[in-house]
Amino acid sequence: MRMVLDDDMLIEQDAPVTNTFLRVLTCGSVDDGKSTLIGRLLYDTQLILDDQFSALKRDTKKHGTTKGDDHLDFALLVDGLEAEREQGITIDVAYRFFVTPKRKFVIADTPGHEEYTRNMATGASNADAAIVLIDARKGVLRQTRRHTFIASLLGIRHIVVAVNKMDLIQYDQDRFEAICGAFQAFSETLGFRSVGFVPMSARFGDNVITASPAMPWYKGRSLLSHLEAIDVDEDRVDQPFRLPIQLVSRPNLDFRGFSGQIAAGRVSVGDSVVVAKSGQSSRVKSILCGRDNVETAVDGQAVTVVLEDDLELSRGNMLVAPQNRPQLADQFMAHVIWFHKEPMIPGRSYICRTEVDSIGATVTTLKHTIDINTFAQKAATALQMNEVGVCNISTQAPIVFDSYRDNRNTGNFVLIDRFTNATVGAGMIDHPLRRAHNIHWQAGDIDKHARAALKLQTPMVLWFTGLSGSGKSTIANIVEKLLHARGKHTYMLDGDNIRHGLNRDLGFTQEARVENIRRAAEVAKLMADAGLIVLVSFISPFRSERRMARELFEKGEFVEVFVDTPIEECARRDPKGLYQKAMAGEIKNFTGISSPYEAPASPEIHLRTMGHEPLDLAMQIEKFLDEA
Amino acid sequence: MTMTYLQKLEAESIHIMREVAATFSRPVMLYSIGKDSSVMLHLALKAFYPAKPPFPLLHIDTTWKFREMIAFRDKTAIELGLNLLVHTNQDGIDQNVNPFDSGATAYTHMMKTLALRQALDQYGFDAAFGGGRRDEEKSRSKERIFSFRDSKHTWDPKNQRPEMWRTYNTRVNRSESIRVFPLSNWTELDVWQYINQENIPVVPLYLAQRRPIVRRDGMLLMIDDDRLRVRQEERVEELLVRFRTLGCYPLTGAIESSARTVPEIIQEMLTVRTSERQGRAIDSDEEASMEKKKREGYF
Repeated sequence: MRMVLDDDMLIEQDAPVTNTFLRVLTCGSVDDGKSTLIGRLLYDTQLILDDQFSALKRDTKKHGTTKGDDHLDFALLVDGLEAEREQGITIDVAYRFFVTPKRKFVIADTPGHEEYTRNMATGASNADAAIVLIDARKGVLRQTRRHTFIASLLGIRHIVVAVNKMDLIQYDQDRFEAICGAFQAFSETLGFRSVGFVPMSARFGDNVITASPAMPWYKGRSLLSHLEAIDVDEDRVDQPFRLPIQLVSRPNLDFRGFSGQIAAGRVSVGDSVVVAKSGQSSRVKSILCGRDNVETAVDGQAVTVVLEDDLELSRGNMLVAPQNRPQLADQFMAHVIWFHKEPMIPGRSYICRTEVDSIGATVTTLKHTIDINTFAQKAATALQMNEVGVCNISTQAPIVFDSYRDNRNTGNFVLIDRFTNATVGAGMIDHPLRRAHNIHWQAGDIDKHARAALKLQTPMVLWFTGLSGSGKSTIANIVEKLLHARGKHTYMLDGDNIRHGLNRDLGFTQEARVENIRRAAEVAKLMADAGLIVLVSFISPFRSERRMARELFEKGEFVEVFVDTPIEECARRDPKGLYQKAMAGEIKNFTGISSPYEAPASPEIHLRTMGHEPLDLAMQIEKFLDEA
Repeated sequence: MTMTYLQKLEAESIHIMREVAATFSRPVMLYSIGKDSSVMLHLALKAFYPAKPPFPLLHIDTTWKFREMIAFRDKTAIELGLNLLVHTNQDGIDQNVNPFDSGATAYTHMMKTLALRQALDQYGFDAAFGGGRRDEEKSRSKERIFSFRDSKHTWDPKNQRPEMWRTYNTRVNRSESIRVFPLSNWTELDVWQYINQENIPVVPLYLAQRRPIVRRDGMLLMIDDDRLRVRQEERVEELLVRFRTLGCYPLTGAIESSARTVPEIIQEMLTVRTSERQGRAIDSDEEASMEKKKREGYF
């Protein structure tokens, strides 16, 4: 008989209702048998159907790693992608559903390879508990520690350690206990609420669902019985109310509702609530859950709330309990896990996406990375793929959050690349930085417009970008002369000159180049604030830094000038003899030779220099400024 | 006050739909008329109430759907006052591509995959909801809820975006798009229990009835119109059957069943020994065929 029951039947069981559903992650090193275990669980709970079973028999013959004996390769039930079946590995997380008389389970089967850590983290982010598989022959490995650490980092508090392949070590009790000891020793500081240990053979089914006759010395629960007994605290209903706003519903003039999924606590008609970003308060007039008006709604429910007052409230904001409000800050510290081949570099700008908010953000400081083996802190200048680091992050405007420890829904964010839109990292917020609270922007009485008005000009930044030797400084110099002749107040920031003073401490690594641009952009901003027309002449090879610079300024204030000269011509001119040295290998990280130049996609001014005199090009810019 | 499992699934799906409505400029809901589409539409009506869902429905009509499906589709759109777009690949019609002579693979590619790509390009949709569930098939169990497609509608299963918590990356560049699966975490049984709980109308073909059937290639094919050419050796039988999934009638096998009501279907599901897609000819056509079709842009 299949152990499939409907919800009504489940409620008749003795388990409390809140505990009838468990999201489980399987993790562990490559070849520890994760997929085999899931196949075994499905098979032994009779959830493999006839046509799937025939397919499994056929596939075992074709791809299976258990060839040569009669046993089925259960991993083939879960490794669904062609590449996975061909290589015999798990690449991406697979979700499987199964039911026992006690509980409903969603199992996320995640890859063991370090290369696919992003997929493991994907599975872990929503899991309540994790099964950590260990190959009894190999014991605790680097990957075991790594996965256990990531599970803990992502807030999983219940672990079952499945010591698998006991059949291959003759069901040796001493070996099993040694592995348990080793696991306990390293995981002590990871904050788990419960850790269970089961000696097991997924391939033969020992202690997976039923007790194993091969291991009479083991008196504990089977793996499934452990999973059925895990007591997940679903106490977010008692936490302070949080409703992140997804969208405002305005079907007609008489209705204005705020839709979202409650992220903590409860709310009732008549309750006082506060808009997190503005601090404005109101009362709940009505609550819609689907098409029904309800009196009260709790954590997890998708609702639409109507307020008594007409407040400024839209997507990205949050409705919260007045007595216990979330943090509102533009600087915070977070643990960040990095997913992308391009490393995370402090100073570079990303999109920070919380559940409902999206905003430009910069990692201001990488405080340290965390060594996965020793959990020790290591100093670093960049966060590489699959590494975890502690960072200070600064957003362009304040965002609303709780600490991840208190709430996994309101304490998380992902970082997105501005150009490719790839999800490059994920963060768990620790706390706001005091700076954000205590350092307030000093607003003087004389502002930029007052200063500029005195000079009869509009402040502006002309940002010249292009290869070394392309003619940036030559053209910028002529533009400045033309402007000066017309009585405009200008200043030129030249890459080489700035590196002699303000940026003399910076080299030419990618990290240093990012910081070089950041400082130049900030100085240009101060000068624009002083009312000047600023000419910035920097190679500035990376799109993301130019974008970061652009975002410091008001609309129309930043003019990107692409000085477009083919590299062959630049190398031919070679005014400083640098190309010759670079091609001889004497200069590292030379743009265009050994470091990339990312050409602007849509600059305000695109100067193709070949066949044109610098003066003509400078006058093109002057013309643009006249028309602006 | 605790949510039931179905309430949790419902809330998750509604949250997903609202994310799409709030962050994409031209979303669309693929409406295939089946039970999953019925559930998806029901959830959309709840998600945006009292407003109507802020996106149109799109049906890819191969011209070989069961007649009852088309009648149900048109009735649903009129009753709910929804904007229904219907697209057929005219090239396929001109070339007389059909499920009998062209082979299931070529037919599906032309009339479903290419047709869908045409429609998405024509209207410039940047997000498309589909009713796919992870329990249906192995490559689906690996797919993200927000599943990225490049400008050629291609799915790259080896390079999916990480998808953390319920914090979705909804950003795409011009001509790229996202396929969104709000029912990812539902199972077939969940879908039927929800249909039962919410009284959601479904196409009557899901319920057992006596229907004219021929047995062909191990499938029970219903004779929906006279385009099905009954072969000499075949015999037309009146059998008590129903369908577990609905697609093009020449490619969709019925099962013998006496379940005439939704509760009876649920009862039947508790003892059934075959999987849902077993009646679909296009899946068994070749090894890993679903993944291949999905990479090419099939839903």
